Amino acid sequence: MSLLEIKNATLKFGGVVAVNDLSFSVEEGEVYAIVGPNGAGKSTAFNLISRFYEPYAGTFTFDGNNLLERDADQVADLGIARTFQNIELFDHATVLQNLLVGRHRHRKTTLLEEMFFTPRVRREEERHREAVEEVIDFLDLQPYRNKMIAGLPYGVRKVVELGRALASKPRLLLLDEPASGLSVEETQDMRWWIDDIRKQMGITVLMVEHDMGLVSGVSDRVLALADGAKLAEGTPAEVQANPAVIEAYLGAGAV
Amino acid sequence: MEVLQLLVSGLANGCVYGLIALGFVLIYKATEAVNFAQGDFMMIGAFVSLGLTNAEYMHLPFWIAAPLTISIMAVFGYLLDLFVLRHLFGQNQTAVVILTIAMGFVLRFVAGLIWGHEPQTLESPLALGDLHIGGVVLGMADVAVIVVTFLLTWFLYQFFQRTKLGLAMQAASQNQMAAYFMGIPVKRVQGLIWGLSGATAAVAGILFASKGAIDPNAGLLGIKAFAAAVIGGFGSLPGALAGGLIVGVIEPFAARYFAAGYSQIAPYALLLAVLVFRPHGLFSQVRVKKV
Repeated sequence: MSLLEIKNATLKFGGVVAVNDLSFSVEEGEVYAIVGPNGAGKSTAFNLISRFYEPYAGTFTFDGNNLLERDADQVADLGIARTFQNIELFDHATVLQNLLVGRHRHRKTTLLEEMFFTPRVRREEERHREAVEEVIDFLDLQPYRNKMIAGLPYGVRKVVELGRALASKPRLLLLDEPASGLSVEETQDMRWWIDDIRKQMGITVLMVEHDMGLVSGVSDRVLALADGAKLAEGTPAEVQANPAVIEAYLGAGAV
Repeated sequence: MEVLQLLVSGLANGCVYGLIALGFVLIYKATEAVNFAQGDFMMIGAFVSLGLTNAEYMHLPFWIAAPLTISIMAVFGYLLDLFVLRHLFGQNQTAVVILTIAMGFVLRFVAGLIWGHEPQTLESPLALGDLHIGGVVLGMADVAVIVVTFLLTWFLYQFFQRTKLGLAMQAASQNQMAAYFMGIPVKRVQGLIWGLSGATAAVAGILFASKGAIDPNAGLLGIKAFAAAVIGGFGSLPGALAGGLIVGVIEPFAARYFAAGYSQIAPYALLLAVLVFRPHGLFSQVRVKKV
């Protein structure tokens, strides 16, 4: 059974069909990329999975759980973490504090214990801090640990957001345009990290990305969308060679 | 000795301002909105406790009425969020500000309708007796106000610094969407904070009504508490208490040593000075980036 299975998903904004009868599934342990021109419905598909939008029709199953029965905050509890196209961090908090929020779903102590800071809470707290330090080491965020987000450069914030998602130890990581706005070197780093996230951490990755270099470098399978519907699916090479995909990107007559 | 007496009575008054200021800061910390009806929340809390305790109303024992008042106000705050404020979810903060100002008017009117506009006193066991310490006279109510205020500030401070829920509230205030997708049930968290601020207002109301007479316009001292919260650095709980104490102490001293009328403007003069010299307040948590 696939880790994430989406069947016949449809979403309409008024008269506009943003996602049209879309079906795809993501297998455990793979990197799956969604590509397509602007307005193809890539981010919308993401927002459907993380329950930001209510679908018009379709089924969404994650590891046997029906996602439609859950609210956005409960999706995190299942082990799905995400990043955002335009970076959504807690700006008036430090990098460390942002990453610690990622541990939210793992905190199991009670209110009273926390108020009195019992030994159990202290141990839990240390455990969370260790988990966050692992992420900091992994993403080379040491120099920024106690810096406020508000003063950090864009590229670093992008990495912090990835770190916050990783701190929650997800089973499925949704990356919404992880390379947008990054320099060539930063994109290269991102490519290695995504590779390591899959290989070392065993996390399944579903990403939306425009940078075809990054997509063909890290993905096992690629889904091409146009006008909210599936255009092609397969290995990066297959999809890039698909005439329908070339037409959608470059217009008819280019082939 | 006179100075000491002024100081002590100022502190007791300041604690009431501090308690209302705590309510302002709670809502602000968790939702980044300002609840301008916080003073009226306190007034309602005072009247609910009076309605439960006084002989001409329900005549319950005070020690039953007090926790009951706190629970009622907590539920009141939660329901207010559920049925009114939640509909503004995701809207501009200005909408919340205007809504809460209007809510203040409604609450004052409703309180006048139920309990009348004449000043009334709570038959509180806290109001009985004075404490004499070396020439300084201290009402039992004043002692109670000071003790309870400090305990409550400590409690709320711990809550925000240490607990999962408290931290979740702070996260939700900074970025609702990000908090949502990190597994924080943002709407429920906001409902709980309104409940918590209702409970805090109830404590302030009970203590305020124990100190003197109340009428439906009592909530207007919320404006002074707002000044206190700003002086302390909006967003800091100990700052709110400190701001309240400063405002409380400054008033009797200005009344005693300056011409009539100065005690009325003294808190706002201080507010102005703080805004000029330390715009983020005395205990601000905002650190300005140095380039």
